[in-house]
Amino acid sequence: MKGVFFVAKGVVHEHDQNLNVREIIQEKKKTKSFNNYTEKFIPKILFGIAAISVFTTIGIVLTLLTETIAFFKDVPFIDFFTGTKLKPLGENAVFGVLPLLTGTLISTAIAMLVAIPVGLMTAVFLSEYASEKTRRLLKPILEILAGIPTIVYGFFAFTFVTPLLRSFIPGLEPTNILSPGIVMGIMIIPMVASLSEDAMSSVPNSMREGALALGATKLEVTWKVVIPAAISGIIASFVLGISRAIGETMIVTIASGSSKNFTFDVTQSMQTMTAYIVEVTGGEAAAGTTLYYSLYAVAMTLFVFTLIMNMVAQYISRKFREEY
Amino acid sequence: MKYVDSTQVQKKMGSRLMANNLAKTLFFLSTLFGLLVLVVLIYRVLKDGLPWIDIDFLMNRLSTDPERAGIWGAITGTLWLMVVVAPVTMLLGIGTAIYLEEYATKGRISSFIKTNISNLAGVPSVVFGILGLTVFARTLDLGSVVLAGGLTMALLVLPVVVVASQEAIRAVPQFLREASYGMGATKWQTIKNVVLPAALPGILTGVILALSRAIGETAPLVVIGIPALLIPIPDGIFDKFTILPVQIYYWTIDSALVAEYANLAAATIVILLLVLFVMNSIAILIRNKFQKRY
Repeated sequence: MKGVFFVAKGVVHEHDQNLNVREIIQEKKKTKSFNNYTEKFIPKILFGIAAISVFTTIGIVLTLLTETIAFFKDVPFIDFFTGTKLKPLGENAVFGVLPLLTGTLISTAIAMLVAIPVGLMTAVFLSEYASEKTRRLLKPILEILAGIPTIVYGFFAFTFVTPLLRSFIPGLEPTNILSPGIVMGIMIIPMVASLSEDAMSSVPNSMREGALALGATKLEVTWKVVIPAAISGIIASFVLGISRAIGETMIVTIASGSSKNFTFDVTQSMQTMTAYIVEVTGGEAAAGTTLYYSLYAVAMTLFVFTLIMNMVAQYISRKFREEY
Repeated sequence: MKYVDSTQVQKKMGSRLMANNLAKTLFFLSTLFGLLVLVVLIYRVLKDGLPWIDIDFLMNRLSTDPERAGIWGAITGTLWLMVVVAPVTMLLGIGTAIYLEEYATKGRISSFIKTNISNLAGVPSVVFGILGLTVFARTLDLGSVVLAGGLTMALLVLPVVVVASQEAIRAVPQFLREASYGMGATKWQTIKNVVLPAALPGILTGVILALSRAIGETAPLVVIGIPALLIPIPDGIFDKFTILPVQIYYWTIDSALVAEYANLAAATIVILLLVLFVMNSIAILIRNKFQKRY
């Protein structure tokens, strides 16, 4: 609104100086060429700015790709993806990515075991059971939980959750995959909850009322009407949660240690792909070494994994969306 | 003939209602679980950290002696980082949003840019760290200085600003634009004088949320190479630096060696959460106070 008055004021101002209409037109003609100039170039500049986000993606893919290709000259592709041993330092360095892949997948699985049930039940409560007042009280708390930096969750996992778990799981090591997995799950709860709740809230009330009128209880309405109707959004939220867990770095770096164990025992220390990247760069790997290139091969694997997950989420929510 | 056998229904009704009530309690408890974690987390951090916070902690330089260590370097580092991130991400984010909403024709290019931005939002932050390390720190040979970290961070939070600005611009009603055109304004004049001022609260909210994300982000900067060593207080964007989350990281992993480092980490977390709380409150205030509904 202010802007409209701003333009108007300019015109009034010129009248104040007692210019006649012809002079105003002459005046306008002079500025017109400048205006034409800006009108022509502003869109081009803005397009250039918008293209930077595309260049960022291209930059990421190119840097990862070139160095990954260099890596596969040193280490055969098959050995990398089937190798169960990762020993990047020392004389006989071995580069097998499987220890990192299992670390990533196990921590992700633990996280989703926490995040999916709790997140979904939270979403159901907020969308179907809570009164407007309760919802307005609880939603900001979830938003706060979502806004806490991951480093704080890492500190929490390392100094609180691990000692707590060790008090009733005797075999648990000081750094292990279980504790960061659980904390990662807690971190993802708000994301699953709010995306699922959005999906459930967009199910029209008439469908609920139809089921209620047939004598269904609220639980039956939720289970047999609302969740099936919102299933695409709910599953998309799970997939996005998985992608988030795969890419999560600081929690696992702090609380899971750096042993490159190839194991399925959750009480052991394991390293994820993200934690490996932090460890290697933190050690200032010299450019040109196989160790340095391995960083990019691992990052590329990570990038491809999360990209596929995000695309699957987009595909699910686009393809299977029920429009009402 | 009756379609509903009322005795049958009566018999089942009790268990159905009970299931409903049980489920309701379960759903409520799982919602409270998040609240419980939040309370425990904040209690732990305050209990460990609060006694360590005083003016010396805020104003001292880093030190290996826990009693003398302070976070002044991390505070100035965080501020310098914002000096780079804020203008870069605002220019890129708002520019992209204006292009997509006002200029781009609904076609392949604009939908490509949009898909690209939503994919960029899903790229793990540690991968952005690799990009920053390779492009800014090594290829452009900036080293692990504020500028390299800031540019990386600006790209990382870019999708947040773009999406928020797009929504804000889209919410400006068409009749404002038409009124402006009607008075002879050109397209850019309309955008500059009408659309942007009306969309400003929404855009600012997005920018503040993006900056608070950048303040809390650790992984990209660790990857770019912020050392755990004592470094001088940064004086500009070409100096080496450290920031609050990175400081928390090093103190946390070293707390196995020196127990007091855990307290220092907790104290730094208190400061970090306080900063984020203030920033988010400002964002919410702007949203509630200045956002107009048309």
